[in-house]
Amino acid sequence: MLDAPRSALLNPITTPEKPVSLDKDQVRHIAMLARLHVADDDIQETADKLSRIVDFVDQLSKAPTDGVTPMAHPLNASQRLRADSVTETDERDRVQENAPLVRDGLYLVPRVIE
Amino acid sequence: MSARWEVVIGLEIHTQLATRSKIFSGASTAYGAEPNTQACLVDLGYPGVLPVVNKSVVRMAASFGLAVNATVARRSVFARKNYFYPDLPKGYQISQYELPIVERGELFIDREDGSQKRIGITRAHLEEDAGKSIHEGLDGFTGIDLNRAGTPLLEIVSEPDLRSAREAVAYMRKIHTIVRYLGISDGNMQEGSFRCDANVSVRPKGDERLGTRTELKNLNSFRFVEKAINFEIERQIDLLEDGGEVVQETRLYDADKDETRSMRSKEEANDYRYFPDPDLLPVEIDDSFINAVQASLPELPDAKTRRFVDEFGLRAEDAGILTVSRQLADYFEAACAATAAPAQLVANWILGDLSAALNKEALDVDHSRVTAPMLASLVERIHDNTISGKIAKAVFDGLWAGEGSVDEIIESRGLKQITDASAIESIVAEVIANNPSQAEEYRAGKTKLLGYFVGQVMQATGGKANPGQVNAILKQKLDS
Repeated sequence: MLDAPRSALLNPITTPEKPVSLDKDQVRHIAMLARLHVADDDIQETADKLSRIVDFVDQLSKAPTDGVTPMAHPLNASQRLRADSVTETDERDRVQENAPLVRDGLYLVPRVIE
Repeated sequence: MSARWEVVIGLEIHTQLATRSKIFSGASTAYGAEPNTQACLVDLGYPGVLPVVNKSVVRMAASFGLAVNATVARRSVFARKNYFYPDLPKGYQISQYELPIVERGELFIDREDGSQKRIGITRAHLEEDAGKSIHEGLDGFTGIDLNRAGTPLLEIVSEPDLRSAREAVAYMRKIHTIVRYLGISDGNMQEGSFRCDANVSVRPKGDERLGTRTELKNLNSFRFVEKAINFEIERQIDLLEDGGEVVQETRLYDADKDETRSMRSKEEANDYRYFPDPDLLPVEIDDSFINAVQASLPELPDAKTRRFVDEFGLRAEDAGILTVSRQLADYFEAACAATAAPAQLVANWILGDLSAALNKEALDVDHSRVTAPMLASLVERIHDNTISGKIAKAVFDGLWAGEGSVDEIIESRGLKQITDASAIESIVAEVIANNPSQAEEYRAGKTKLLGYFVGQVMQATGGKANPGQVNAILKQKLDS
């Protein structure tokens, strides 16, 4: 299902005039989404630092953008398309040398229960 | 189902596009290869690699858009959908979000009363598939096969216009038919090339506001879609009528138990933090590209159905069934072209004995043991009165078993219809002589007994007498 992005980073909960302030829960949430461990003692400091970064970037919100098409890429170009042909060969053995655990050609990971 | 409730369903159909190579890499998409032998460095998300869009994928998506009367975007943008799962090596799926390639389409499904209903298509966007996880037989590990990673998918999202499981299945079948007509997907549901999630909610009749929906996953057959939705509707209505509330969650359909059950919901599950993929530029297509796609579109199912009714005089229902697959429709047209018999007779044979024989051996029509020219010559022999329709069934069985051509089977099995009037007359006379009491009753006014006499004559001739002729001669003899 397509849900609107709810991340605090993408939807700052302030106006440009008011500094962004991420609270501790938002930091925990973002850390969890990114699979980053942030120690409890560091959460407040991380929140302060992240808030300052968001504030810095948030200056862009002051730019007048009425009637400006949102940019999808900094290069003013369009995607080159490739022909539909198979050009890659099997490199499984070489690639799987990088994997900690393989069996019968499968990568093994700790059991994922659905 | 309670008359107090209205059901609201929207479907998200994932159809695998029938390309040779993946959407962003030159790795093969062939099904059934040894695990991980078709996953290249781009698919595996190695550092320094760059995805490049497959042109066929864009063409296929555009052809779908045109086929469902949608807007094909001149500019569409790939975005990253971020989440972690072992079968998603990059940590994001490349998809389309704000600017999909297809928007605002529609199609029409047949209602039971023969009328049509419009179903809106919100959008269709391109994305890459993830790999496969294997949970069984690995001593507590999960095995990952990334051959499917990067396989192109077109996700087709309907408006919440569907009002019953039956409508949902009709819509899904229509999409299935269209993608196969377009040749953009093989639609193979066993292999996962065509799968569906359903968003289901109920609301009191007359309410404008939508009820809380659940999303049903793991629906990989038409039958499961219908059963899972019906189960879920009942569950939601029971819950609401008992004063409970529906929880917005993802539920998995268990075909063995015929029930849906909650997948342990993770509160962050839908926080995908989409943003435009910096590795990919916007896809821009121009009018000449779209015009070329338009020019290459085949005759689509609805148009073909109308033509079969107008041109061949078929019953609308039969035309609808014959056009479900392009192959079946082609078979019908090829058979019609090779016989002077009425098209409806050809259709009856395709929808009757041929379909039964194909189903029995799980063959598709392209692999039929009875080819279109063979069926045409069979129908031709019914049409020119060489054999009766009943005898033709035996000839069909012979054809299916590979006993030779229609004429050879008629000859070798001695099935040629008796049309010699004098031969039939002598059999009729014999039958009447052997059934004096019935003949008397008939003459006394019990004319329904004619059927009995016809049966006796047919039995005496091994079914080879021409039924029309038998009728006429019997009447003539009995009435005299």
